[in-house]
Amino acid sequence: MKPAPFEYYRPETVDEALGLLAEHGSGAKLLAGGQSLVPTMNFRLAQPAVLIDLNALAELEHIEPDGDALRIGAMTRQRQVERSALVAERAPLLHEAVPFIGHPQIRNRGTIGGSIAHADPAAELPVVMLARRARLHVRNRRDARSIPVDEFFTGLFATALGPEEILVDIELPAVPPSTGWAFDEVARRHGDFALVGAAAVVTLDDSGRCRDVRLVFSSVGDGPVLAHEAARQLEGEIPDDAAVRAAAGAAAERDVDPPSDIHASAAYRRQLVRVIGTRVLARAVERARNGSVS
Amino acid sequence: MSQQIPISVNVNGTLYERAVEPRLLLSDFLRHELELTGTHVGCEHGVCGACTVLLDGDAVRSCLLFAVQVDGHGLVTVEGLAPDASSDRLHPLQEAFREAHGLQCGFCTPGFLMTLVAFLEENPHPSEREIREVISGHLCRCTGYQSIVEATKIAARRSA
Ligand SMILES: Cc1cc2nc3c(=O)[nH]c(=O)nc-3n(C[C@H](O)[C@H](O)[C@H](O)COP(=O)(O)OP(=O)(O)OC[C@H]3O[C@@H](n4cnc5c(N)ncnc54)[C@H](O)[C@@H]3O)c2cc1C
Ligand code: FES
Ligand code: FES
Repeated sequence: MKPAPFEYYRPETVDEALGLLAEHGSGAKLLAGGQSLVPTMNFRLAQPAVLIDLNALAELEHIEPDGDALRIGAMTRQRQVERSALVAERAPLLHEAVPFIGHPQIRNRGTIGGSIAHADPAAELPVVMLARRARLHVRNRRDARSIPVDEFFTGLFATALGPEEILVDIELPAVPPSTGWAFDEVARRHGDFALVGAAAVVTLDDSGRCRDVRLVFSSVGDGPVLAHEAARQLEGEIPDDAAVRAAAGAAAERDVDPPSDIHASAAYRRQLVRVIGTRVLARAVERARNGSVS
Repeated sequence: MSQQIPISVNVNGTLYERAVEPRLLLSDFLRHELELTGTHVGCEHGVCGACTVLLDGDAVRSCLLFAVQVDGHGLVTVEGLAPDASSDRLHPLQEAFREAHGLQCGFCTPGFLMTLVAFLEENPHPSEREIREVISGHLCRCTGYQSIVEATKIAARRSA
């Protein structure tokens, strides 16, 4: 099918984009990479009256250090993130996860900000953001604020972004020493949305006990799901094989409430949480012991 | 009266200037406005890969772009692959597809070619696994993929 008619704007600055957004209100949609929005417009599931194309906003396309943290502009293509040496060095979890997003042809257009704002429960990037305690920097016409990721994802395809706000920048904080990381997922075919995806970030203390654990899953809830119970079980413990398996088991039993759909049953997804959860935790622990950073 | 926006776009080395309605998909612009019907349309939601073209050198889905967005940019479509439109000579990858039976009905072929041209440019000596990974973004209902993988290997070998 073809999209319904709309009015098209291509602002040159973020200020101009914010002005247009305020002016046109809820009838307007922001167009980033278009890899989620345009299919829904083609099928007329979305029929915005006004489209504000963010693709001319060079100020939102950058990957740069900010002290020990890393800043990525919202309009940075997923493919640029994948190829960035700085991302590989400072955010290897993100580096490991991006190739799982669709296909290269999709990542050539799809943006980091678009995926986060879209908040698909099956998507990789929201999981990484939650695991890495990202801060999401957003602006409206008058103000700027930064939202801790724990408050950002609020439900199915829903975020804390206000109707007149644009996500401008993603900040990944520095990670402490003795921190390891891992991302993995299971999909029917390479490039398909994950049946279950998982990210782990583990920080060990001097005695080899878990000081901090972040375990996050995709496709098992309304958004990315942080496994609180699994983390609580591991913190303060030596993460040996049995402890890691038990924590992933706790995640499967208590942290997630997976859906049944045509792709997989809830029971199968729960089993995947156990298996992939164990895998990413074990890998993260191993990397933490070898002194990697996430 | 719907909005009409002037665009100028370089396709296969030729500059085209047109006025387009914002909702016109790039795939339809190529096929209906420019009559470059080599770019095929299978699904219009980014899944089948038949509409893949090169935008400033990168393989992208033309069904997920509006024509207004490529104003000032450069495109290559399957029509731009052969070295000389007036002769029968093919691009080496097209040649390899012919030899290895990398196509049957040919519906999916333009998309595969565009993805693989960009891929081989970046990675001239890919492993079979890498080839299979990059074509996972394309659907073919005829060949079973095996002969497409084979054709890609032949093209890669020849460019060595
Ligand atoms: C075939 C196919 C396979 C895919 N597979 C995967 C996959 O495996 N995993 C995955 O995660 N994704 C997948 N995707 C989706 C892809 O990653 C999209 O790029 C991503 O979800 C949206 O990013 P975008 O830049 O394309 O945003 P768009 O589609 O342009 O926008 C998405 C939404 O976010 C809003 N938005 C965009 N940018 C901003 C901003 N800066 N501030 C506020 N709101 C904004 C838009 O208004 C829109 O509502 C796939 C897509 C296709 C077509
Ligand atoms: S028509 Fe564009 S991907 Fe299928
Ligand atoms: S050759 Fe017929 S779909 Fe691929």
